[in-house]
Amino acid sequence: MLTFTEIKRSFLVSVWFMFLTFPIMVIRVNTIENVVIWRWKNMLFVGAGSFVLSFVWRFLMRRKEVGSKDAEAGGTSKSIFQRFMEEKRLYYPALGAISVIVVLFPLVFSMYQVNIMISGLTYVMLGLGLNIVIGLAGLLDLGYVAFYAVGAYAYALLNYHFGVSFWIALPIGAGLAALFGIILGFPVLRLRGDYLAIVTLGFGEIIRLILENWNEFSFGPSGIANIPRPAIPGIEFTLHQNTIFIYYLVVLLVVFTIFVVNRLQDSRIGRAWIALREDEVACQAMGIDKTKTKLTAFALGATWAGMAGVVFAGKTTFINPASFTIWESVMILCIVVLGGMGSILGVVVGAGFLILIPEYFRAFSEYRMLAFGAALILMMVFRPGGIVSGMRKTYQFEGIENGEASDKKA
Amino acid sequence: MEPILEVNNLTMDFGGLRALDRIDIDVKEGEIVALIGPNGAGKTTFFNCITGIHPPTKGEMVIRRPPKRNPQRLNGLKPNHVTERGLARTFQNIRLFPSMTVLENVMIGRHCRLRAGIAGAIFRNRATRQEEKQLVRDSYGVLEKIGLTRYVNELAMNLPYGEQRRLEIARAMATDPFLLLLDEPAAGMNPRETESLDELIVKIRDEEQISILLIEHDMKLVMSLSDRIFVVDYGKKIAEGTPEEIRNNPAVIKAYLGEEVDA
Repeated sequence: MLTFTEIKRSFLVSVWFMFLTFPIMVIRVNTIENVVIWRWKNMLFVGAGSFVLSFVWRFLMRRKEVGSKDAEAGGTSKSIFQRFMEEKRLYYPALGAISVIVVLFPLVFSMYQVNIMISGLTYVMLGLGLNIVIGLAGLLDLGYVAFYAVGAYAYALLNYHFGVSFWIALPIGAGLAALFGIILGFPVLRLRGDYLAIVTLGFGEIIRLILENWNEFSFGPSGIANIPRPAIPGIEFTLHQNTIFIYYLVVLLVVFTIFVVNRLQDSRIGRAWIALREDEVACQAMGIDKTKTKLTAFALGATWAGMAGVVFAGKTTFINPASFTIWESVMILCIVVLGGMGSILGVVVGAGFLILIPEYFRAFSEYRMLAFGAALILMMVFRPGGIVSGMRKTYQFEGIENGEASDKKA
Repeated sequence: MEPILEVNNLTMDFGGLRALDRIDIDVKEGEIVALIGPNGAGKTTFFNCITGIHPPTKGEMVIRRPPKRNPQRLNGLKPNHVTERGLARTFQNIRLFPSMTVLENVMIGRHCRLRAGIAGAIFRNRATRQEEKQLVRDSYGVLEKIGLTRYVNELAMNLPYGEQRRLEIARAMATDPFLLLLDEPAAGMNPRETESLDELIVKIRDEEQISILLIEHDMKLVMSLSDRIFVVDYGKKIAEGTPEEIRNNPAVIKAYLGEEVDA
C-alpha cells in the first residue's frame, strides 16, 4: 500500500495546493496599518491537510480497484445493507429493534428531537414518492416540490374557506397532487432527459410564482396562518401531545408509503416503469403503453408529495411560498440520488443522512453545502448506485415441474 | 392461402430522402422469409415502419393473424398496439433492459397480455397473485425453450453477447406473436453461436408455429434458413425468390459486388 510513488504524488499534490492557496491563505494585507502579514502557519496546515487527504484518496481508490477486480472474478459485491436484508436471522431482529426505537422515540426524547424526526420522516415520504418518478420510471423531475405545495395549499385553503378538517384534506391533497402530476405529465410525454428536467423545473417555478403573486387566491408571500393541527375530534391535545400525535401519524404514513411502493415496484406496473427507464423504444416495442406508464408514474409519485404537503401544513400551522422553492426539489432529489435510486431502504437512509445530520450539526451549518457536495462526489466515485443501490427480485424454481414457482425477495 | 403479412407499395420519406420506395413484401404462414440488402438499403426502416416506430409516408400494411385471419391494418398504430396484435421484433443493436434480470426481461414481454392494474398491485388480490404466478411460470417456460434458464436471475447486462441476442428473441416470443421480426439476429456472433441460432429459429417456426421475417447479412445463414428472400437496394425491391433464384440473380450480384468495369 505505502509505496514510494504514492507518497511522492501526494507530496506533489500538497505542494500544488500550497501554491494555489498561497495568495488567500498566507498573504493578508492590513489596510489600516498598511502592512502585509505573512501567515506561514496556514501554509503548513494546507500542505499537511492536502497531503493526508490525497493519500487517503489514493488508498480508497486502490481499494475500490481491488474490489471491482474481485467482483469480476465472480464474487458479488453487495453492500452491508443488502447482506443484512438477505440474512433473515439478522433482518427480523433488526426490524424489530428499529420498530421499538421508532415507537418509543417521542416518549424518551424531547419535543425538539421529535420535531426533527417528523421533518425527517416527511422527507422520507417525499423521497419515496420522487423515487417512483426518478428511480423507477427514470423521469428526471426537478419540479417535484410543486406537488408538495399543492398538497399543503390544498389543506390550508380548504380549511380557511370551508373549514375542512385534516383527515378529509389528506386524501383530497393527495388526489389533487396526483391530478397535477397528470397535468404536468401530458405536455412532457415526448420529452426525455435534460429537456424533461428543464420543463419540470419550470413547472415547479410556475406553481411557486402563482402562489406568490396571486394574492386573492393564495394570500401571496404572507402565506396562510392558523392552520389547525391534525387532531382526533373530541380530544383536546396540548402542544406537546399534539406533536407526539403528529409523529405517530407520520410514522404510519411512512410505513404505508413503504408498503405501497414496495408492492408497486415488483408488480406489472413497476416492471413497466423500470423497462421505460432502461429503454424507451424497446419498452414500447414490447407492448407497453408509454403514455399510460409515464402518466401513472407522475401521478403516483405526486400523490405522496401531496400527502406530505398536507402533513407539513398541519404540522407547521403556517405556510407560505418560501417553503416550496427549487431548493426543496433539489434536496429531495439529493435524498434519492445519494440514498440509491430505485431502492426504498436507500431513500430512508438518504433522508436520514441529508435531513437529520444537518439538524444535529447546526453548529457547522455554514459548511453544509460544502459537505453535501463532498458527500455526493464521494458517492459518485465509490458507490455510483447510491448508498443502498436497488436490487431486483429473484425467483427460485426448484419445484417448477409441478407448477410451484416460489419466489423470494433478495 | 392468403399471406399473414402483406405490405403493398410501402414508401417512407425522411425529408427529401426516400428511404423506402414502393416496397411490396408478403409473408405466408409457417415461412421463414429473409430481407437482405447492402448497408443502408432501408431494411431496418422497413421494420420500423411495420412495427409503428415510423409512420410510413404511403402504402398499406395488413396482417391476418391465424387462425381467424381477419385482415387488420397496421397503418397508424403505435408500437405497443402492433405488438398487441401479434408482431414482435428484436433490434439490430441489442436493446434489452440491462439492469433487469433475465426473467424480468421476459416478463416485460408478456406485459400486454396481462391486466393487473394499480389497485391489483397494491392490494395483491387473488386475481393478481394468480396472474403473477402464471406469468412467472410462462416466462420461465419461454426461457426453457430458448435455453437460458441457467441465467434466470442474472442481470441482462451480465450476459455474454450471444446470449443477449437470444434473450431478445425470448423477450419477443413472450409477447405471444404469430410473426417474429428479427433484425440481424446473428450480428456479432461467432460461427458456433450462429449455428445454434439457425437451429433455434427453425425450432421456433416448427414447434411454436411462429412465422419469421429476418434481416441478415450472414449469407450462409440466410441461404440455409429462408424459404424465400427479398432483396432491397436503395429503398427499392430489386429481387425476390427462393435462395437458389437469388443466388443467381444478376441484379442481386450487381448490388452486392458492384458492376464489372469493361476493359
